[in-house]
Amino acid sequence: MNRKLTDLWVGLFVVAGFGAILILALKAGNLASFNFSETYQVLAKFDNIGGLKVRAPVKSAGVVVGRVASVGFDDQTYEAVVTLALDRRYGFPKDSSAKILTSGLLGEQYIGLEPGGDTAKLAEGGKIKATQSAIVLETLISQFLFSKAAEGKSDSKAPDSGIAAPPGNTAPPAIGAPGGGGKGDGKSGTKGETKDNK
Amino acid sequence: MRLLIEAIGHWLIDAVAKVGYGARLFGLTFRHSGMAFSRFRLTIAQINFIGNYSLVIIVVSGLFVGFVLGLQGYNTLQRYGSEQALGLLVALSLVRELGPVVTALLFAGRAGTSITAEIGLMKAGEQLSAMEMMAVSPIARVLAPRFWAGVISMPLLAALFSAVGVFGGYIVGVQMIGVDDGAFWSQMQNGVDWKEDVGNGVIKSIVFGIAVTFIAVFEGYDSQPTPEGVSRATTRTVVSSSLAVLFLDFILTALMFSRE
Repeated sequence: MNRKLTDLWVGLFVVAGFGAILILALKAGNLASFNFSETYQVLAKFDNIGGLKVRAPVKSAGVVVGRVASVGFDDQTYEAVVTLALDRRYGFPKDSSAKILTSGLLGEQYIGLEPGGDTAKLAEGGKIKATQSAIVLETLISQFLFSKAAEGKSDSKAPDSGIAAPPGNTAPPAIGAPGGGGKGDGKSGTKGETKDNK
Repeated sequence: MRLLIEAIGHWLIDAVAKVGYGARLFGLTFRHSGMAFSRFRLTIAQINFIGNYSLVIIVVSGLFVGFVLGLQGYNTLQRYGSEQALGLLVALSLVRELGPVVTALLFAGRAGTSITAEIGLMKAGEQLSAMEMMAVSPIARVLAPRFWAGVISMPLLAALFSAVGVFGGYIVGVQMIGVDDGAFWSQMQNGVDWKEDVGNGVIKSIVFGIAVTFIAVFEGYDSQPTPEGVSRATTRTVVSSSLAVLFLDFILTALMFSRE
């Protein structure tokens, strides 16, 4: 009798423990929701994937239709090669385009698929030709600062010829690479000009 | 001066010898595990003793850790306007870290000490010697069932802790503070991977179970057969298994989650 009771309690304990693991996997984890049973893989090449990670969602019209299977690098074209595993239930036209988008302002990045008009469908191993890279925030900021600096330059050119030096400094990086160096120069240039205007 | 060097050397040799004895006993426990499975009742009785009796403390602590995570997480997250990520924060920190680690620490205090004290008192009462006299290996009859019961119980307890903790976070976050119900669960399901996070958490808790239970069994078997020796062994169980858990947690986390 006592032994039976012990067995019962231990059985309950073990069932509860495995139940907890199952709940964690199903309710807290993504075992149930994103387990695509059958997928087909499609390649897409991007100039810059930003912060895209493996297992990031692939969405079309906001619905998750697949996942990023792998991210690689092609040293012939110097492009990122992203393999997408798409759900077999959903077919997409051959001329669909892929964009790397960000959910929210600083959220995680995902791939947005926009269907084209072709009648032929993407098949296993197919390639998405039209792609749009991720928007890198730093590039965006430096572009903005550049345009600001350029505006300031055109404003201050007319009144004084004594400040010819700072615009001269900012000019070479603008022609060369619009990278981090240009950002710093642009800033100092605008500062110098505002001082002189006073 | 010479005495000091002698004492240090003595202590060092003792420590290394103890590690060696521990490793030997670990191997012996595995080799004598046959009885723990062929007479599975022995193990079941121990699971009842180790697992079921720890259930209350594990569930209550899990619930309160979940409450606290819900409150603290909400305070920090709402500063950045992302309180919907509360579910993700609660679930990830529980499944990856707090579940296995806190359960292992509680387990060392609740079950580890009682295993050590029991085996130590058996040794002090010469019950283990009596078994040997009757050609029954105390390792097979006493140590192995307790060891395997601990290894089986620990991941189940850790999973219960995490599940109850997530529920606790849900009660505080959604029911009391008013985070959106759907966002709480969907963010959680988006961010928690069943293999990477839940699976690795289970692996962690199995490793901790092996470490804590083995240390408890070993300290009991190795204790001085006096009341003082048993009390010292019990203290050592708590200290060394807690340290072992934290150290192993660092190693396992570095192995599991550092690559991205």
